[in-house]
Amino acid sequence: MTMGIAQIVFFLIGAVAIVSAFGVILHPHPVYSALSLVVTLFQIAVLFILLDAEMVAFLQLLVYAGAIMVLFLFVIMLLNVGRDPEVAPLGWKLTVLGAGGVLGAELAGFFLHHFAPPAAVGAIDPEFGSVTSLAHALFTDHALSFEITSVLLLVAMVGAVVLARRGTDS
Amino acid sequence: MTVPVQYYLALAGMLFAIGAVGVALRRNVIVMFMSIELMLNAANLAFVAIARSLHSMDGQVIVFFVMTVAAAEAAVGLAIILASFRNRTTLDAAQLTSLKW
Amino acid sequence: MVNTALLRWIILCPLVGVLFHAFVAPRLSRRSSSLVGPAMVGAAFAIALVAFKHLWGLEEGGALVDRMFSWIAVGHVQVAAGLRFDALSGVMTLIVTGVGFLIHVYSTGYMEHDEDSVRFFLYLNLFMLAMLLLVLGDSILLFFVGWEGVGLCSYLLIGFWYEKNENADAGKKAFIVNRIGDAGFLLGVMLLFWSLGAKGVWTLDFAEFRAHSDAISPALATAVGLLLFVGATGKSAQIPLYVWLPDAMAGPTPVSALIHAATMVTAGVYMIARMSFLYALSPTALHVVAAIGATTALFAATIGLVQNDIKKVLAYSTVSQLGYMFLAMGVGAYAVGIFHLMTHAFFKGLLFLGAGSVIHGMGGEQDIRKMGGLRAKMPITFWTFAIACCAISGVPLFSGFFSKDAILFQAFASEYGHPALWAIGVFAAMLTAFYMFRLLFLTFFGECRADHHTAEHAHESPPAMTLPLAVLAVLSIVGGYVGLPDRWLWGDRFSEFLAPVLPVQGHEQHSAGLETALMAVSILAAAAGIALAYLFYVRSPEIPGRLSARFRGAYDALLNKYWVDELYGATAVGGTFWLADALWRFVDVTIIDGTVNGIGRVIQLQSSLWRRLQTGNVQHYALTFLGGVILVIGYFLLH
Repeated sequence: MTMGIAQIVFFLIGAVAIVSAFGVILHPHPVYSALSLVVTLFQIAVLFILLDAEMVAFLQLLVYAGAIMVLFLFVIMLLNVGRDPEVAPLGWKLTVLGAGGVLGAELAGFFLHHFAPPAAVGAIDPEFGSVTSLAHALFTDHALSFEITSVLLLVAMVGAVVLARRGTDS
Repeated sequence: MTVPVQYYLALAGMLFAIGAVGVALRRNVIVMFMSIELMLNAANLAFVAIARSLHSMDGQVIVFFVMTVAAAEAAVGLAIILASFRNRTTLDAAQLTSLKW
Repeated sequence: MVNTALLRWIILCPLVGVLFHAFVAPRLSRRSSSLVGPAMVGAAFAIALVAFKHLWGLEEGGALVDRMFSWIAVGHVQVAAGLRFDALSGVMTLIVTGVGFLIHVYSTGYMEHDEDSVRFFLYLNLFMLAMLLLVLGDSILLFFVGWEGVGLCSYLLIGFWYEKNENADAGKKAFIVNRIGDAGFLLGVMLLFWSLGAKGVWTLDFAEFRAHSDAISPALATAVGLLLFVGATGKSAQIPLYVWLPDAMAGPTPVSALIHAATMVTAGVYMIARMSFLYALSPTALHVVAAIGATTALFAATIGLVQNDIKKVLAYSTVSQLGYMFLAMGVGAYAVGIFHLMTHAFFKGLLFLGAGSVIHGMGGEQDIRKMGGLRAKMPITFWTFAIACCAISGVPLFSGFFSKDAILFQAFASEYGHPALWAIGVFAAMLTAFYMFRLLFLTFFGECRADHHTAEHAHESPPAMTLPLAVLAVLSIVGGYVGLPDRWLWGDRFSEFLAPVLPVQGHEQHSAGLETALMAVSILAAAAGIALAYLFYVRSPEIPGRLSARFRGAYDALLNKYWVDELYGATAVGGTFWLADALWRFVDVTIIDGTVNGIGRVIQLQSSLWRRLQTGNVQHYALTFLGGVILVIGYFLLH
């Protein structure tokens, strides 16, 4: 059977994403976990592009990989976290891994066999996924949410500053 | 033939499961937090896939907001972890258990 | 045509008195209540007289009936609250209101210095209301309402000076013992009601019971008669439920006079008279009544021989005289029993009021060993008391002579009678004469044995008290002349008057000689008793001391009332407490508390298990979420 470029890219990127995801959760050193997460984010950004969501892909790289993960690394470095010393009991690990395996199998089975994708309405917009169409949607249909989100960011910023401050100084 | 949307969704599901395992498995709170971010990303992937399938921008708008909120949440969450670390000098979730009976 | 609505005013007058004393009198002076209390009873007496005059004008067996209102109307059962003034209830009403009025007047003097006299008159009026309901009620249900009401008032009045524990205890004892009798009474009423109902006659009305008495089988009559009599032994202080009456002397003396001599204790006798048609169907029940009456008469007289409290002697005397009344009922001489009830109300009421006068004059002293020589200091009290003693002892030509003699004759000659009953009655009469004159001599004759201060201040009572004494003394003499023996002058008008309601049972022709012979024996017995008392307490006062020392055992038994109270305490009372304790221990503590506490413990146990879910470890919670999600997705997977 012939596979197009899209399928090859999908399976390749998907595999790397899964491997690096395992890396996030399994590697004992937090820094390596963070780096694995960055790799995973990159893979997902590529998948976004495959899905005609260029703007969101850029945002993913800029905000998620660029800002949030940097923040994580800042904190890890600040706290000087080393390898994880304690190990969870084996029974616990097996239970969790088993549950996770079941969940993953369930989800995959559901989507692959029991799921009928919803029908599309109309033809696809040629500008689908571009900056303009995203901006158009944001500032017209979802303007209220947009404004509220900005308030949310302000509150989060204030909260983070207050929480992280040392108690004794003014 | 393009990749059917079910494949993307299945991939997102597996990533989500991996993230869930990470939350339950690792005792380092920062790694737990990162696993949560992984789960959020899996959800984002699912949204974008369906948006593509439905030819609607709404899915991508949701992803935009998810990212924003994830950023805010990361900031506040890490600030909390910092504050807690100052009190107890530990990042072990198993030792942060005072909210019990 | 007479307006029978006047009957309800006999009831309403005391009711007005009750309301007055409850709500108005506390705002006015105490004097107002001492005026209103007797006035209401006096008004009731006047109305009763008017009703009696109307009754006299009716044909034989007639009655005034006042149907007041429909009380119970459930299916077959229609009970009206009504009043019935026939020959029997007419006589009873006159006695109750007449003697009651005199005692109310007496109480104004006796209770003058008591701060709480308003409450006293309230209870007295309430008692009159209940007693009149009992006597005038035309259904056994209304009768029972009055029966319970007088029991309540007895409790309230015995424990009038409730600050002293023994007074309150005496009140409780009276009420509880009465209650035991009432249980039997209620069983009898219910049995009769259901048995008649099974034959289609649903009624509680006396007249209707009587009209349907052919529907009552002898066995039923015996059962019901005995059960009702159980109630009578409680209310009228017969064996075995007499024990409350001596203790009831803890109440003020007017209470003892009114309730425990003249009226309430006679309710049992009245009940048998009312239900005479039922007892006529059961010779067995009659024999039981007579036997218990005679036994009680003798039993109580023996105890009265050695008592030293003036009121206790009179209390046992009352129990004994009530025994005579039941003896009369038990041999079928119902009218004679009511006759003795009437004369007894006069002389026993007089005796108690006289005793009250003595106690009042002696500043509260009740022990006759500390009295003496009061003849000169309290002349009116002395003479009236002496008249009453003669009456109760059966001295010829006084009222008690005629009534007691009639009872003794019927005990011998009636078809239900028996010479043994007569013999017991005569012997008890001799003892009665002895202890009554013992009381008279020790109280009024000889040297005053009280301490100097009391002796100095002994004084006659005020007119409010001595006037009723005088009136009752006159009645104690002339009251007997309505019931003369058959061949004397106008004969027994009393029984003739009551004949439509109380048929003369077991009446047979007898020779004049028999009656005269029996009369002579009873006169001799009375004379012997009086003479012995004179010997023991006036001529040779050292004899009683020597006798009691010689027969120490017998003397102790009599003085301690045969230890009956102690026996009851050990068995019935003790048994009840033991049962209550066992029930408490087993049912309440083990079962009920155990169940309730057990439920609490179960909840605690299972919550201590569930509590362990809250580990505080976030990862455990995360795993739980994971599990839940798996289940939900699984559900969608399968559908």
